[in-house]
Amino acid sequence: MSGAGQSPPAPPSPTDALFRPVMAALLSYWLRQPLQLLTLVLGLALATALWSGVQAINAEARASYARAAAVLGQDQRDSLVPTVTGGGVDLTDFVRLRRAGWRVAPVIEGELPPDIGRLSVLGVDYLSLPPPDATAGEAQGVIPGEEAAPTYERAFAAPETLATLAPTARAALPPLAPSDMLPPGLLLTDISVAQRLLGRPGAIDRLIVLEPPAVWAPPLETLAPGLRRVAAGSALDGAQTGGVGRLADSFHLNLTAFGLLAFAVGLFIVHGAIGLAMEQRRGVFRTLRALGVPLATLIAALLVELLALALVAGLLGVAMGYGVAATLLPDVSATLEGLYGARIAGGLSFRPVWWLGGLAVALLGTLIAAAGALAQVVRLPVLAPARPRAWAMASRGGHRVQALAGLGLLAGAAATARWGAGVLAPLAGDQPGRLLAGFSLLAMLLLGAALLLPTLLGAGLSLGHRLTRWLAPGPLREWFWADTRQQLPGLSLALMALLLALAANIGVGTMVSSFRQTFTAYLDQRLAAELYVTARSDAEARAIAGWLAGRADAVLPLWRAEGRVATPAGPRAATIYGITDHATYRRNWPVLTALPDAWDRVADGTGAMVNEQLWRQDGIGPGDALNIGGAPLAVVGVYSDFGNLEGQVLISPPPLRARYPGAEGRRLVVRAPADAVAGLTARLRQRFALPPAALIDQAALKARSLRIFEQTFTVTAALNALTLSVAAFAIFTSLLTLSQMRLPQLAPVWAMGLTRRKLAMLELGRSVLLAVATFLLALPLGLLLAWVLLAVVNVAAFGWRLPMQLFPADWAILLALAVVAALLAAAIPVRRLARTPPTTFLQVFAHER
Amino acid sequence: MLLEGRDITKAHGTGEGRVEVLRGVDLAMRPGESVALTGESGSGKSTLLHILAALEPADSGHVSLGGQDLGKLDDRGRAALRRRDIGLVFQQFNLIPSLSVADNLAFQARLAGRHEPHRIAALAERLGLTSTLSRYPEQLSGGQQQRVAIGRAIAARPRLLLADEPTGNLDEASADGVLELMRELVAETGAGFLMVTHSERLARRLDRRLRLHAGRLA
Ligand SMILES: Nc1ncnc2c1ncn2[C@@H]1O[C@H](COP(=O)(O)OP(=O)(O)OP(=O)(O)O)[C@@H](O)[C@H]1O
Ligand SMILES: [Mg+2]
Repeated sequence: MSGAGQSPPAPPSPTDALFRPVMAALLSYWLRQPLQLLTLVLGLALATALWSGVQAINAEARASYARAAAVLGQDQRDSLVPTVTGGGVDLTDFVRLRRAGWRVAPVIEGELPPDIGRLSVLGVDYLSLPPPDATAGEAQGVIPGEEAAPTYERAFAAPETLATLAPTARAALPPLAPSDMLPPGLLLTDISVAQRLLGRPGAIDRLIVLEPPAVWAPPLETLAPGLRRVAAGSALDGAQTGGVGRLADSFHLNLTAFGLLAFAVGLFIVHGAIGLAMEQRRGVFRTLRALGVPLATLIAALLVELLALALVAGLLGVAMGYGVAATLLPDVSATLEGLYGARIAGGLSFRPVWWLGGLAVALLGTLIAAAGALAQVVRLPVLAPARPRAWAMASRGGHRVQALAGLGLLAGAAATARWGAGVLAPLAGDQPGRLLAGFSLLAMLLLGAALLLPTLLGAGLSLGHRLTRWLAPGPLREWFWADTRQQLPGLSLALMALLLALAANIGVGTMVSSFRQTFTAYLDQRLAAELYVTARSDAEARAIAGWLAGRADAVLPLWRAEGRVATPAGPRAATIYGITDHATYRRNWPVLTALPDAWDRVADGTGAMVNEQLWRQDGIGPGDALNIGGAPLAVVGVYSDFGNLEGQVLISPPPLRARYPGAEGRRLVVRAPADAVAGLTARLRQRFALPPAALIDQAALKARSLRIFEQTFTVTAALNALTLSVAAFAIFTSLLTLSQMRLPQLAPVWAMGLTRRKLAMLELGRSVLLAVATFLLALPLGLLLAWVLLAVVNVAAFGWRLPMQLFPADWAILLALAVVAALLAAAIPVRRLARTPPTTFLQVFAHER
Repeated sequence: MLLEGRDITKAHGTGEGRVEVLRGVDLAMRPGESVALTGESGSGKSTLLHILAALEPADSGHVSLGGQDLGKLDDRGRAALRRRDIGLVFQQFNLIPSLSVADNLAFQARLAGRHEPHRIAALAERLGLTSTLSRYPEQLSGGQQQRVAIGRAIAARPRLLLADEPTGNLDEASADGVLELMRELVAETGAGFLMVTHSERLARRLDRRLRLHAGRLA
């Protein structure tokens, strides 16, 4: 199409010739603005790190659960378990079944005494159920010097478990070999070895069905009426594993929510950095367009640029996330094990899928954060003014829309709190429905508040302005308020990030502290007795009780049966306890609500106390009649019950034993003077040859529970600190970029006689003022967040509700942290300002058009 | 004819704020011709220049450059035309701040696929920019910046050089120097040259003068 009058030396090749110089022009911007580049990359990397770190922890935990479920293919095989809880499988039953054509393998399981090591033992018959890699083990991984041991004497454990075993433990155990197939914390041995280790010779806990019984085999009921068949997957103590699964899921859900929040905070940074880069390059875009770069080429180049940056930041972020996960994993695994008995590996393995996932999240996040800015470039007329407007200077209308959207979200949150569970329940089943409602409530609350923030801060600042004019007028003071208000649009994204981080901090902190305090008080109530004894049989329990009679203040037998109670939603599994009436219960039990004569009625066998779970989830409360084991009893009270998912009922022993003839009475609750406990324990152990686990003294139990809590605390505290530092980083970058645009605003004030030092101090003051104002708004938001977590999410996930407690000392610390973060964030930009040479200020006037 | 415009109209804004800036402009330019466009502030000089530069479409009328009808081009076509056939110099903000002077000089030529390093070196010499090649735009004076912008436009061998008050920010002596350079370079390449200016003195030094008044050329 060029005319013949002029023949260009090189015919323009279509896209490539265009693309490269355009790309070079765009990228050159970052070379000239290294700090901005760093902000963008680091912001995105931080966001990705927190997100993928949490994901790594979750993935590792899930892999551990899967391994645990799949040991010996138990997730695919049915089991035969005793119908009576606590009872074992009779050897005669086993033999009869085998003879009758049932292919079953005996299993025993239990915990090793703590002095050997914290290990679960699973004993199986190696002959009928060979260990996972017995042969492979012989070839490669057997520990040197132990090659001679015959396979059936060998014990297998995951390599990481072997690595943590103390030499004393090794001495007490049979020859060990590593196996990758086993979950952490589990020792697999032949059944005879396990019986010896656990001190239960000849005992069998259950039978694994290896193959369906032969067609001619008589049915189970006639062969072994004391056994019932349990479907694959629910084999391991059905109630317990199901519970662990759900509880642990809930924990992971919380972690994921935290990761998502942190990622969102990080995206605020990225959004800001990209918006700034676009705004500052308006002139470049105009020049490029004027010189003949088609819009499509420009957009394509911008996309390539963004994706390249996202890729670099994503790689960095995933690597950092790996570090976060590796640091947190030991605490997380300790928490999970302590709280829910779920064991996960303490080490992190490399998962390509997870790396790719992290990268994808970084790319996606960048695109989301850049969408607005790119749309603006598309709409930008070729002849748009070249001078960058003040960054992110949203119009007044935009502000109003944003505030309205915020109000709408808050209204939605209120509606969800009121009706959400009901509306969502049919969609997702009852419990997940409530959880979903809880989390949507959280999301709406946080986002709504963030959107309202600029408007609220703006109102607060103009109030400050007016008050100043009225109470202490002065040109400089008034200018300070007005100027701060003018900075608001540029800082609002960062302040939103700060708001979210602070609110999350207050909310999660309040929840954990409330939980901790309530839990400690609860432990004091529930563990009022000094010593808890679990005998190996009812007879032994009677003997121990007899021996203790003259030596302790009181010995209270505790009966227990696994049963079902009738709820409006159908029968529900519950543990029924038969308690011996005593002041120990009457004085200390954490009763939430009860009829006046509740304990008397429990004592005389006409009343039952139910736990919080049955009350909150199934609506069974005082005044109701509860069908327990086929006959009704009046519910006379409700008590709180943390750390438990299942229903629980307290009645007196006679009605329990009438309903459940097989109820076990192996436990004793012992009251004794605190200084006598140690002596009693030692003599009991000696006299009855009790294993260490049979005697639990209250002080030790409390100490252990609290230790678990501290670990949970560590994880939350670490995530909190990380989120807060991301927010501080967001403020830093915003201030830094704003400071580059502030010269024209500051130059006139400087020219009128304000020193640079004074200007710098004012800038610092502004930063602190905004941080404090944001904190004041974050406080109620955080408390609201805590309330949702405690009263909605917890009830939905666990069935217990925690009383919310306030911790003003924590707030003071957080406020101090926020101020320090603001000061640190402002430090570099302010230093720059204080050192700006006067000629630079003068240039502002020279360039003024 | 190099450039032909017939009955060009253009209005800015809508509703009550609507201003009919151009109300039927006719013009024609031959290759190698240099023309000054004058008129009062707000008379529509920049608007006309933007239309001729294929930066903005006219509301009605007909514009063709080297026989190519601008009205028939889409964004891609107009961009290609600007890239290869048009050189543009504005009053300020012409350069890409993050690129060095050397890169700025070569930029449009590279876009147009006509990058000849010798030619650019020679141009830099002529423009007195040799010592500033590795500097960045913010480190140059206003006159130097304008010389870079002119060099960039010329280096791409445009058929038409359009300049909107290119010397508006310069003192008289610098302005004379810059204009002289433009005239020489245009004469060497045989391109057409249209310059918007407020200065009668500068306008007189070009081949022909057009005056925009009440939306028409006189
Ligand atoms: N984007 C726009 N929207 C609305 N009106 C515009 C726009 N651009 C220009 N105008 C108006 O169109 C008229 C012509 O503007 P133009 O910039 O072409 O004038 P000019 O002759 O170049 O003036 P000057 O000598 O001051 O540069 C002016 O009244 C101006 O206000
Ligand atoms: Mg103009």
